[in-house]
Amino acid sequence: MSNIQNFTKGLIKENPIFVLLLGMCPTLGVTSSAINGLGMGLATSFVLIMSNMVISMVSSQIPEKVKIPSFIVIIAAFVTIISFLMEAYTPALHAQLGVFIPLIVVNCIVLGRAEAFASKNKILPSILDGAGMGLGFSMALTLLGSVRELLGSGKVFGISIFSDNYGMLIFVLAPGAFIALGYLIAIINRIKKA
Amino acid sequence: MAEKKESTFINMVLVLFVITLIASAALGAVYEITKEPIAAAKLAKKLNAIKEVVPDFNNNPSDEMYKVGLNEKDTLEFYPAKKDGILVGTAVKTLTTKGFGGNVWIMVGFKPDGTIHNYSVLEHTETPGLGTKMVSWFKPTEPSREKSSVVNKNPGSINFTVSKDGGDIDAITAATISSRAFLDAIKTGYDEYMKKNNNKEEVSNE
Amino acid sequence: MNTKVLVAPSPHVHSGDSIQKNMYGVVFAMLPALVFSFVYFGMGAIIVTLTAVASCYLFEFLISKYLLKKVPTITDGSALITGILLAFNVPANLPIWIILIGALVAIGIGKMTFGGLGNNVFNPALVGRVFLLISFPVQMTSWPKPLGFDTAYFDAQTGATPLALIKEGLKKGEPLSQLMHDVPSNMDLLMGNMGGSMGEVAGIALLLGLAYMLFKKIISWHIPVAVLGTVAVFSGILHMSNPEAYAGPLFHLLTGGLLLGAIFMATDYVTSPMSNKGMIIYGIGIGLLTVIIRVFGAYPEGVSFAILIMNAFVPLINVYVKPKRFGEKRK
Repeated sequence: MSNIQNFTKGLIKENPIFVLLLGMCPTLGVTSSAINGLGMGLATSFVLIMSNMVISMVSSQIPEKVKIPSFIVIIAAFVTIISFLMEAYTPALHAQLGVFIPLIVVNCIVLGRAEAFASKNKILPSILDGAGMGLGFSMALTLLGSVRELLGSGKVFGISIFSDNYGMLIFVLAPGAFIALGYLIAIINRIKKA
Repeated sequence: MAEKKESTFINMVLVLFVITLIASAALGAVYEITKEPIAAAKLAKKLNAIKEVVPDFNNNPSDEMYKVGLNEKDTLEFYPAKKDGILVGTAVKTLTTKGFGGNVWIMVGFKPDGTIHNYSVLEHTETPGLGTKMVSWFKPTEPSREKSSVVNKNPGSINFTVSKDGGDIDAITAATISSRAFLDAIKTGYDEYMKKNNNKEEVSNE
Repeated sequence: MNTKVLVAPSPHVHSGDSIQKNMYGVVFAMLPALVFSFVYFGMGAIIVTLTAVASCYLFEFLISKYLLKKVPTITDGSALITGILLAFNVPANLPIWIILIGALVAIGIGKMTFGGLGNNVFNPALVGRVFLLISFPVQMTSWPKPLGFDTAYFDAQTGATPLALIKEGLKKGEPLSQLMHDVPSNMDLLMGNMGGSMGEVAGIALLLGLAYMLFKKIISWHIPVAVLGTVAVFSGILHMSNPEAYAGPLFHLLTGGLLLGAIFMATDYVTSPMSNKGMIIYGIGIGLLTVIIRVFGAYPEGVSFAILIMNAFVPLINVYVKPKRFGEKRK
């Protein structure tokens, strides 16, 4: 697989949300608005790229039996770092995303890519894989967040498209996340087939 | 790829030790770097909340903050805002337990005579689309909705309950319980504030 | 049916039942309640009903023709039932654009997404209603008072439903005996003299529909009796344990959409269990959930949520409670 493919496969073909259906917890939890989706996506991307890079560097030195604990420590370290950084420099977004930032640690995309890809590949492909997956994740979350924000409160990225008197509140709430995600997956499958 | 290390006891302990050591060192470094910005951001957030609800001031209300215990569990926080040493208002962090979905925390600013200057809802778990409207409902900008406003009103001189209960404030459409809770929180803050204000000497002697 | 000679396993004698026949039977049974709602809510009720039915037909036609690309099945009458039931479940002064959204959700999400009539897991009209209730809580809970035939559409006086009155009062800490003076008497409830959505107010008309459907054998007695019986027993126990905190069984039976739900919505063929025993389990579940949501939940009314939740259990009930096969020995 070429390096370009390592990057692009995460965008559509193996999109972590729409195709692999990984990391559903933050996907459904934080995407009540486009900006939340984007913020969560970028935070996860940072962790993905860094952990993929570090893990591909050190995995040969890690004994098989302590592989998972080691990976988790590495991932948790990066998650805590991004959490500190966000709290310091983007406190509003940090407050919005709340508990979902520490939960990036147990996001299956991160550990999944570490285990399935980074531990078996060299540094550059691993970084590209992480970047591609992270970008795919961010795109999916931003899309889902935009759809829910538009239908729920008539806005996208806080810019008013129509009066929020016409917003369907259910899309801001949890059930709307499931409905919107279901139909987005259906639409993407339809497009991919055509 | 290089040969995998064998899973001997020594190897495992060593590898985990090294990884945790590096990780904690990195975390310690980042923590040191971000400690000040985090503290500054938290303070700015609090100051912004206070600034929103009281008239212009130039002291640091956080330094003069005092607390009043409401019951065993909950305390109200008072932030006196002063301009050139003269009290212009007090921001009170108050709460109610009567919310539809649980506790509601509100920062409300009183002028020295007890008139409400402004409020901001800090934390709540009310029903989205109904109770959540309290964030802006009680400070309308349209003159036609003056009856639902609490701004520039004094809870001591008017009947500070929703009109459904015979009071002077219009409740949020279809969210009477949340509206009652909101007014209850402000009334609690007002009562405690007036209690403190009337015993001014005692406060300064403390 | 075509004219070819069919070779098929038994049964060979057809009873003359068909989807259409049963569907129109249900519609006929709904007529008394429909007439009552027109009398009580006037022009608003007529506009809401017509909009709901027409848009249900339209969306079913459009979706099956252009999205599913198959021959539209709009003649089977199921869109008519969904439309009327949707109208029954909303206030009679609901803005038209909200009804359109409700119809799209009921038909699009509730029915066609699952593959059309027969494949839907949830009752489409209820999917539409709950979607609207969560999305537009203000409009969906401003009930017009039944003031007799009124030609106005929007300016009707609004009032809370009896269930909402009780819930709010209890939350405020008022004793129930006090509150019961504020709500209509049981006779008024039976005749429909209360605030509420269009089809739920006239208990007597709904019971008339039930009698017709039982007489015509369109539905069996199991589900309505299980639902109503459970609600009566459960709320009766709560009432006896503390009469000041819990309303009595008759009040629970006659308020909210309980009769409407138990008679017309829980009994939907597609979304209810097949065996009699299954139907009773299903009915008891709806009854219990309804009272639990009403008494302990955040919403004053729980029938629609209860039915949707039990809809989800129907496949499971069907697997575990199979009707005894012909000739099978009892264990």
